[in-house]
Amino acid sequence: MIPTLQDYLNIAPILVVSSVALLEVVIKILFKNSKKWFSYISISGLLVAIYFAVYNFGAISLSFNDMLFSGGFASFFEILFCIIGILTILQSESVNKIDEFNTAEYQILILFSIVGMMIMGSGADLITIFLGLELMSICFYILAGFARKHVAANEASLKYFLLGAFATGFLLYGIALIYGTTGTTNILAIARQYPMIFSIPLHVIGFILLLIGFAFKVALVPFHMWVPDVYEGSMTNVTGLMASGGKASAFAAFLLTFSIPLGVKNMELIQIISWLAVATMFVGNIFGLAQRNIKRMLGYSSIAHAGYLLVGLVSSNSLGNQGILFYLVIYSVTTICAFGVVSFVEDEYGKNLNIEDYSGLSVSNPFLAAVMSLCMFSLIGIPPLAGFVGKYYLFASAVQSNLIWIVVIGILTSIISLYYYLRIIVFMYFKEPKTENKIILSTESKISLIFSSVLILLLGIYPSLLLSVVEKFFKL
Amino acid sequence: MVSMYQFIGLIPLFPLIGFLINGLLGSKIKSEKIIGSISVLAVSLSFLVSTFIFFEMINLPTEERLKIVTLFSWINVGSINVDISYQIDQLSILMTLIITGVGSLIHIYATGYMHGDSGYWRFFAYLNLFIFTMLNLVLADNFLLMFLGWEGVGLCSYLLIGFWYDRDFENSTTSVAAKKAFIVNRIGDFGFLIAMFLIVQEFGSLQFLSVFSQASVIPSGDKILTAITLLLFLGATGKSAQIPLFVWLPDAMAGPTPVSALIHAATMVTAGVYLLARSSTMFILAPITMDVVAVIGICTAVFAGTIALVQNDIKKILAYSTLSQLGFMFLACGVGAFSVGVFHLMTHAFFKALLFLGAGAIIHSLHHEQNIQKMGGLKKYLPKTAATFFIAAFAISGIPPLSGFFSKDEILWKAFSSGSIWLWLFGIIGACLTAFYIFRLVTLVFNGEERFDEDLHPKEVPSAMTIPLIILAVLSAIGGLIGIPHFLGGSNKFEEFLEPIFKRANYQLPIAHDEIFMEYLLMSISVALAVGGILFARHLYLKDNSIAEKISKKYNYGYKLLFNKYFVDEFYDKVVVNPIKNFSDSVLWKKLDVKIIDEFINASGRITEYLSSLFVKIQTGVTDTYVLIFVMGVVLILLRMII
Amino acid sequence: MIPIQYYLLFAGFLFSVGLVGVLIRRNAIVVFMCIEIMLNSVNLTFVTFSAYLGDATGQIVVFFVMTVAAAEAAVGLAIIISLFRNKQTLNINEINLLKW
Repeated sequence: MIPTLQDYLNIAPILVVSSVALLEVVIKILFKNSKKWFSYISISGLLVAIYFAVYNFGAISLSFNDMLFSGGFASFFEILFCIIGILTILQSESVNKIDEFNTAEYQILILFSIVGMMIMGSGADLITIFLGLELMSICFYILAGFARKHVAANEASLKYFLLGAFATGFLLYGIALIYGTTGTTNILAIARQYPMIFSIPLHVIGFILLLIGFAFKVALVPFHMWVPDVYEGSMTNVTGLMASGGKASAFAAFLLTFSIPLGVKNMELIQIISWLAVATMFVGNIFGLAQRNIKRMLGYSSIAHAGYLLVGLVSSNSLGNQGILFYLVIYSVTTICAFGVVSFVEDEYGKNLNIEDYSGLSVSNPFLAAVMSLCMFSLIGIPPLAGFVGKYYLFASAVQSNLIWIVVIGILTSIISLYYYLRIIVFMYFKEPKTENKIILSTESKISLIFSSVLILLLGIYPSLLLSVVEKFFKL
Repeated sequence: MVSMYQFIGLIPLFPLIGFLINGLLGSKIKSEKIIGSISVLAVSLSFLVSTFIFFEMINLPTEERLKIVTLFSWINVGSINVDISYQIDQLSILMTLIITGVGSLIHIYATGYMHGDSGYWRFFAYLNLFIFTMLNLVLADNFLLMFLGWEGVGLCSYLLIGFWYDRDFENSTTSVAAKKAFIVNRIGDFGFLIAMFLIVQEFGSLQFLSVFSQASVIPSGDKILTAITLLLFLGATGKSAQIPLFVWLPDAMAGPTPVSALIHAATMVTAGVYLLARSSTMFILAPITMDVVAVIGICTAVFAGTIALVQNDIKKILAYSTLSQLGFMFLACGVGAFSVGVFHLMTHAFFKALLFLGAGAIIHSLHHEQNIQKMGGLKKYLPKTAATFFIAAFAISGIPPLSGFFSKDEILWKAFSSGSIWLWLFGIIGACLTAFYIFRLVTLVFNGEERFDEDLHPKEVPSAMTIPLIILAVLSAIGGLIGIPHFLGGSNKFEEFLEPIFKRANYQLPIAHDEIFMEYLLMSISVALAVGGILFARHLYLKDNSIAEKISKKYNYGYKLLFNKYFVDEFYDKVVVNPIKNFSDSVLWKKLDVKIIDEFINASGRITEYLSSLFVKIQTGVTDTYVLIFVMGVVLILLRMII
Repeated sequence: MIPIQYYLLFAGFLFSVGLVGVLIRRNAIVVFMCIEIMLNSVNLTFVTFSAYLGDATGQIVVFFVMTVAAAEAAVGLAIIISLFRNKQTLNINEINLLKW
């Protein structure tokens, strides 16, 4: 079938962002001294994309011969990724210090990675999901090593690349086996063949390999080993993008391939996922305790959060799916905000990253300290912040499915995590400042931090703002 | 037609915005004018909206006046569903009018009173926050949101009592007074909380309408209902400073005077009365509780009245007077006359706010002198203040036709007609005491010789402060006219207006016969006693207070007892506070907490951290290890699937 | 005709060869080549199924995979070069600055 105009309109957000990225490539070549403008162009492009996503929101449909979803779930993620992109770009002050000649490339790569995420979030076919994943990952490989004069960045980039490509092999093998046993790569077509298709062992193995491929991107134990290293070595703003957008898009794909067609009803699969969730919660939180480097610590925190999010998938009911979507938004915003603060304190690549460097931040920079504490409290899940509501919904869904034991483990490990989250607050508020250096924030960064903080507070007090949107997707 | 009802959310929104602006940006805004205007504007806009709603309401037929506006769903746990939603009815709109109306006046007054204070923005931010939480308290349509407001006003009260945290107050600091208020209130809150738990258990809901309609079919004297109402009343005694939890209110006078007027006289302390009125359906079904309420009320009224007789601090006298008047309100509730209690609440808000603001003007012009023995003859320096103060004093004494007369007389009549002569008798005594102590105060402050320092040159306060005084004086004078009882030829609009709220409660009461002769008789007695009290006070203190001194010498023991407030604070310290402190210190803290709990926690923390530092070595940094663990994961999962 | 199982087993064997290579080789470029072997074994699987099912999708996927692998190779080699410039080694056992 020849694509119609409607098809193009359906994927307008993706098209807009990719054309803006291409436009920037052209501008970069034609005008040498225009680096200041790139962030504004990117942000306006993302805003236009948000507009189209909102416009498409109401009508859920398939386009390009059932290759991509649009509207509803897809629009939801498109909006989320665009917001993540805007926040990242607003916060990326330090990129000028690291590599002032290539700021345009930085913007372009971020935009392309967001295109990848959006394709992942709207894929209706395993091929499109794979392509989106690769587009995003390749951008991330480069972005991770963006500070190319520093060995740590090179190393992070190489590790991410090798392990990422390795995981891709598993993902592809999984897709191949699924294709072989079902004769199609379309998610809906595969879903129509359930449940009897699960009696074929090759198909089950294919599914497991697919799961492993996603588990790598989401950073589930034991496929998480790259996370702390890559998070530490990459540029902090990029780390924020990886931890929020990278994870959210992988979860979107996870939901698309596992939850929506399956309603994950295969008991053995659920059991495996539940063990992964438990291991992830434990390892993330316990390993987090020993960290002195704040980026590593936040890396383990992001691992732990992948575990919490997985609880929603394990409970395999609509409440769980809603909880995942709700928490993904909150987690992404909070994480990006926290990494934003880290990047401002960092000042120069690789400096001021130890927890001791946060001593007395409340005195020297009360605004940053307040924002950071807000993020930490939200990540812990203390009411009335949004993190609490999100965690509550995830755990409530598990209770609904009679998985009390997993909730108990989740709460126990959350308590462990209190220690390392609160340690930052202790350092910020109860220790004497070492230096009196005032951090000067640009207006853009302030806007980004304030926006995130307000969102964290607002969604904590008024969760139905988002919940009412999320509820619509899973009224099955 | 657009209904104003749907804009109810605006009423609390404006003060919230005012709080956010002043609280977040206040330190940046240097101009007092801007800060003050934002704050005043916020409250007066709320007042405006509430007036619109009020007028819309009185034009509606009675049965359509009640409406619930849900802003959003707040908590949804199991079968419990709590919304952020507001119940608009006669009672809540009345309270809203009082809070925002009197609140606006006090805000205006405070712009003058706080002039030059270094914490100007902080003060107005807190004040707006208070209005916001107080409005949530009265507008809430469920117990939980009400409790949120309840705690919120407690917090604001704490912040504002300790507002001048660097100043001394009675041998200690204002923060000690603030802490005392907070902690004593917590005891009451405990009662409120337990009551809420019981309500959830019993009725499965916290929504007023649902709870009350379920409660109304329970037979009178039910045990659970008695427990719930007693516990709610415990909460009310905390917030409204009744026996035995009244000790915090006199100390609360450490805060700036506008705070005393707004929070500790006109609005917050009446929250207990509001709670009783709101839950009248339940209270009326618990006769035991009703008796307790009436007895506690009358005891507080007389008890506080006697203490007020001999105090010398102008704000302390007014504080005890507030206690006493609150006692009257509870007496009214206790005998089932809830609407009369609310009526007195309103008139009291007018004249007590006026008294406090007047006292503030006096203190302001005398540079923070609060001892009435060091005042005198201020009438010619502060003519406007004096005139308004006199009106308030007459109003509180119950001289017709000022507002206090109608409400207080109505309470006494209801007490009498409820069948207890004793309640009435003590009520009369309390009323007489009121007249005496307030005119002792007036006389010592405004008449007689000038006893203040000579280098003080008191002069009339700025118009930002006098205008609210005048408005309040007018309200105190005529505010009672909306509630003239039938036997005096009035139509008692007030009771009629509130009637639907207390329909269930009134239904349970024995019908009081309108014995017109008795009513006239009792009224005359109480007015005569009040006039007697006034004249006696004038006689004792107008010329010189040698007679008063003689009397105090003669009854030295009784005088000491009253002057030291019956030693209640000391008694509480000895019997409750110190034993608990000692026990916590020597057993709970040093033994149980430090030795057992802390050690246990620390040990588990250390073990986890040690394990963590061991495990983390697996993160070798070598890519091979990572691949190996990855592959091991794959193998394990595949094995699980195959086996 | 050769049965489909042979193709699949061969592809699986190739995948394992790549996997073991990633595990035991030390040079970053060789490791990357082993990953390429894994991807190619997947391509083989796709083509096998495509032929077996008489469905073109599998072959199309192979083209996508090849393109992606090419892009990955470009990026990967660039990363390896920039690392070599700074560190003068490609032994992944020595690249362990980031740990614990």
